[in-house]
Amino acid sequence: MSVKTEPEAVSTIGESRGERIRRLLSSRLASAFAVGIALIWTIPTAGLFISSLRPEDDIRATGWWTFFGDPSFTLETYNYVLYSTSQGGGLIRNLINTVVITIPGVIIPVTFAALAAYALSWIQFKGRNLLYIGIFTLQVVPLQMALIPLLSFFSKGLAIGPLTLMPAWQLTGVQTIVQVWIAHSIFGLPLAIYLLHNFMRELPTDVMEAARIDGASHSQIFRKVVLPLVTPALASIGIFQFLWVWNDFLVGRTFGGGEATRPLTAVLGDMAGTWGFGWTRLPAAAFVAIIVPLLVFLLLQRYFVRGLLAGSVKG
Amino acid sequence: MNVSQLTDRFGLLAVGLIAFVVVMLALYGLAELASRRNRSRLVASVFLFPAVLFLLLGLVYPAVRTIVMSFYSSDGSRFVWLDNYGWALSDPDAVQTLINTALWIIIVPALSTALGLVYAVLIDGRRGERTYKALVFLPMGISFVGASIIWKFIYQYKATGNQIGLMNQVVVWFGASPINWLNTFPMNNLLLMVVLIWIEVGFATVVLSAALKGVPLEIIEAARIDGASPAQIFWRVTVPSIRSAIVVVAVTVFIATLKLFDIVRAMTGGHHGTDVLAHNMWDQAFRLGNDGRGATMAVLLFLLVVPVVIYQVRNMRRQELEAR
Amino acid sequence: MSKTRRLMCLAAATSALALAAAACGAPEEEESRGEVPAEAEDCANYEQYGSFDGETVSILGSIRDAEADEMVEAWSFFEECTGITIDYEGSGEFESDMKVRVDGGNAPDIALFPQPGLMENFADDLVPASDEVNSLATEGWSEDWLQYGTIDDTFYAPPNSGNAKSFIWYSPSFFADAGYEVPATWDELISLSDQIAADGVMPWCVGFESGGATGWPGTDWIEDIVLREGTDLYDQWVNHEIPFNDPQIVAAIEKAGEVLLNEDYIYGGTDTISSTPFQEGGYAILDGECAMHRQASFYGAMWPGGTTVAEDGDVFAFRFPESNEGDNTMLVGGEFVAAFNDSEAVEATRQFLASELYHNTRLQTGPWSTAHQGVDPANATTPINEFATEILTDPAVTVRFDGSDLMPGEVGASSFWTGMVQWVDGEKTSEQVADDIENSWPN
Repeated sequence: MSVKTEPEAVSTIGESRGERIRRLLSSRLASAFAVGIALIWTIPTAGLFISSLRPEDDIRATGWWTFFGDPSFTLETYNYVLYSTSQGGGLIRNLINTVVITIPGVIIPVTFAALAAYALSWIQFKGRNLLYIGIFTLQVVPLQMALIPLLSFFSKGLAIGPLTLMPAWQLTGVQTIVQVWIAHSIFGLPLAIYLLHNFMRELPTDVMEAARIDGASHSQIFRKVVLPLVTPALASIGIFQFLWVWNDFLVGRTFGGGEATRPLTAVLGDMAGTWGFGWTRLPAAAFVAIIVPLLVFLLLQRYFVRGLLAGSVKG
Repeated sequence: MNVSQLTDRFGLLAVGLIAFVVVMLALYGLAELASRRNRSRLVASVFLFPAVLFLLLGLVYPAVRTIVMSFYSSDGSRFVWLDNYGWALSDPDAVQTLINTALWIIIVPALSTALGLVYAVLIDGRRGERTYKALVFLPMGISFVGASIIWKFIYQYKATGNQIGLMNQVVVWFGASPINWLNTFPMNNLLLMVVLIWIEVGFATVVLSAALKGVPLEIIEAARIDGASPAQIFWRVTVPSIRSAIVVVAVTVFIATLKLFDIVRAMTGGHHGTDVLAHNMWDQAFRLGNDGRGATMAVLLFLLVVPVVIYQVRNMRRQELEAR
Repeated sequence: MSKTRRLMCLAAATSALALAAAACGAPEEEESRGEVPAEAEDCANYEQYGSFDGETVSILGSIRDAEADEMVEAWSFFEECTGITIDYEGSGEFESDMKVRVDGGNAPDIALFPQPGLMENFADDLVPASDEVNSLATEGWSEDWLQYGTIDDTFYAPPNSGNAKSFIWYSPSFFADAGYEVPATWDELISLSDQIAADGVMPWCVGFESGGATGWPGTDWIEDIVLREGTDLYDQWVNHEIPFNDPQIVAAIEKAGEVLLNEDYIYGGTDTISSTPFQEGGYAILDGECAMHRQASFYGAMWPGGTTVAEDGDVFAFRFPESNEGDNTMLVGGEFVAAFNDSEAVEATRQFLASELYHNTRLQTGPWSTAHQGVDPANATTPINEFATEILTDPAVTVRFDGSDLMPGEVGASSFWTGMVQWVDGEKTSEQVADDIENSWPN
């Protein structure tokens, strides 16, 4: 297997900044390259979108590009995947599950992470760095390995020998979504703490000192000084976590109580795993699943970038 | 789906959110009490309690359990010392998995960062920069599963008749016969990596593009007056100035690549020589019932990240020294 | 159906989700191909199961889409009359979902295992069949079938569906026009193939491509041949009492090669086998381009729309021929109904799923076949399922379960598949492939 070499363009590119690049470089080559990448990056998604609007028989018979020569258009597939009572349909229910899972799945970990990150960056205590490094390292624990122990905690409770520390949760049906919230919160914490810690550490020391001298307690500083200052970071980490929860495939299906609570992406993963009979409905189903995060992402792009940069680029 | 199902779900959401607010208020009250007594250790405990509790329960304990399991046999009944590790380093399929993973963690971060940097430089200051950025950024919002579906329609293969996969259609237009991309080793590995690169380049572009804007013009101007060529300026001025941003991007993509599971699962199932660690671990533990081997693969995955952790820790130490 | 539909639209409208706005007027479901027979709608037939107000039984299976709908329909009156709600979940990741849930203490009440080998992994958590289920099973199925629901002499799980796998698809009219006879022995099959080839038509269509599972149709070929060398040999082989590279198994692979590696037999050439999708593998029969295609009874549902699948139609199947005179064998597949919970509602459901009533009803709610002795094969909704059910319910037929589903996953769902691909591609000889697979067998 050969390792692809980096595109040659790298060595010929000049420095940045507006006017200059056009002066320094062959502007046409640069334009062609930029347009080329933009196109290659857009075509696959566009293809899926077009496919999702074509009648199922057409999807089976020809590629989506034939749409331009012979346009035929239907919303039938969307109607089926969203509302049909048959299996492989009725995704509206899963869409609602995803919404219900996502909101606390974002709020809880971001809040907890903000508290922890504050303690790790502005409260002096012994073992602080060690704790931070430990949390950073947890980012790499593959969540697949955590599924069984965590699930057994929910379904069997926690006991040391005969001593029951925590009884089984006994949740059924829709209530099992609570387990999904907690699982998502756990898996999202390490990255959120890491990014928020980077961000909070950069806050100006004199502001914090001034607040201390004014006699503010830690909880007051956190609420009145730190929180307003880190709002952009909270927003960007929130978006990160939102994408992660919305797009998750394993956590929802494992901790939810069966089909009724399955989130959208898990259903989609099932449909994609086997290229079986219903595959002509995949484009529509996939598009239903990706349109919300795409919109959120595009609309909030600015916050995402701002928070991420402040937090990480300096680090 | 009917109305009661709807109220069930949103009712649960409301109850959950209210409960969460109550818990937070209680915590805040505790923190306030502790703050008044000015016991910083106690305050820190209150601030850290929820996060640490969750992490212990959901990540630390499972990680320890996994490490222990990797020394036990398939069904966890026998202690087998390092047998599973011996298997991972000798079984041809397991070795192929390790080789593939090594290729993934080299190629994907390198190409994503490089492409993102080039693209960021090229579009910097260009008219419509935001649109350019948004188009490439778009895939980042798409789930791995969604991306796999999108790319299946690119790679799809039919032996005869009309092609429905774009790449094979292009091949046919050029007069060649269609290729079964995803089943052809070793090319299929690169084609799977393309999907992840497609997702990550946007992230690299956006972060690096913002970092580029932070490079002071005066330095570049000075270099130009000294007679540096554009290539020299790029390598000696631009790249060093945004070095930390490049590192952040590479590390983030590296960790994402190492944990990659969904794309392989949805596109090839790890067959045809395309398995990677995070997927093989799942396959061994959950599909083939080899808990020990799955755990071993997971431990190998931890080990691969150790250098990155060490690097980050050193980075942190250095910054702390600088801050003083 | 239309009532739920309206409620759904109402729900969508109140849910403030913009997406929900998309067309709530339209489509009725495709007409399902069967319906619940009248005798299954009478609550008197369900009295014996008792009444359970508000109890829920969860079932996890790998059956999805239309097939799942038809199955759910078959037990809808059981739910209505007993008050039990069955919460069926069809999973595309059945093996891993089972493992995670059982180990995590969250097992479904009932699981429909498509592989007896997988079920064995969960033996410690399974609830053995009650005396009632046991006697229903003994009445309903032959000894051959029940052994696959038995672990260490304890009976756990009666079958759900049964599929006949040893089928060869052909065009009855093509055969009639050319005067070909359906072969009864392997030698006749080969001489028929030679004759067809001499007449200028390719005798065989073969396709092994199936995405990540590419190669599995090849394993069925080998299993069919080994089974017909002798059921004892077959049992020893799948239980690994003889190694995979035993000379008799290598010989069986060689024998399959008489067809699969024969350039004069294969439509499109042997080098197209591994890249021809199995779903479309037999389509060339419809154009008269090839004569035969080996694939299980479920292939009846895969022909393109408008194809008549019947003895006097466009395509039909005959049984894979025997190698030894007097043998009467069939390779089969199916699911086994195992329980993880011993509540009374679960017990009632298990009894119902093992009953003649359920199997007869399910036979009529859509294309399906079963090995339950009590059903009337004529009730099947399609001729091919009628044919399959006739064979499966015939006590004279010796049945053996699909071997790759009984072997460990490393072999049956991995190295056996890849081995078949390398073998038809001519990369490896029969012996090399058998050696490779033997080496992959877990100790």
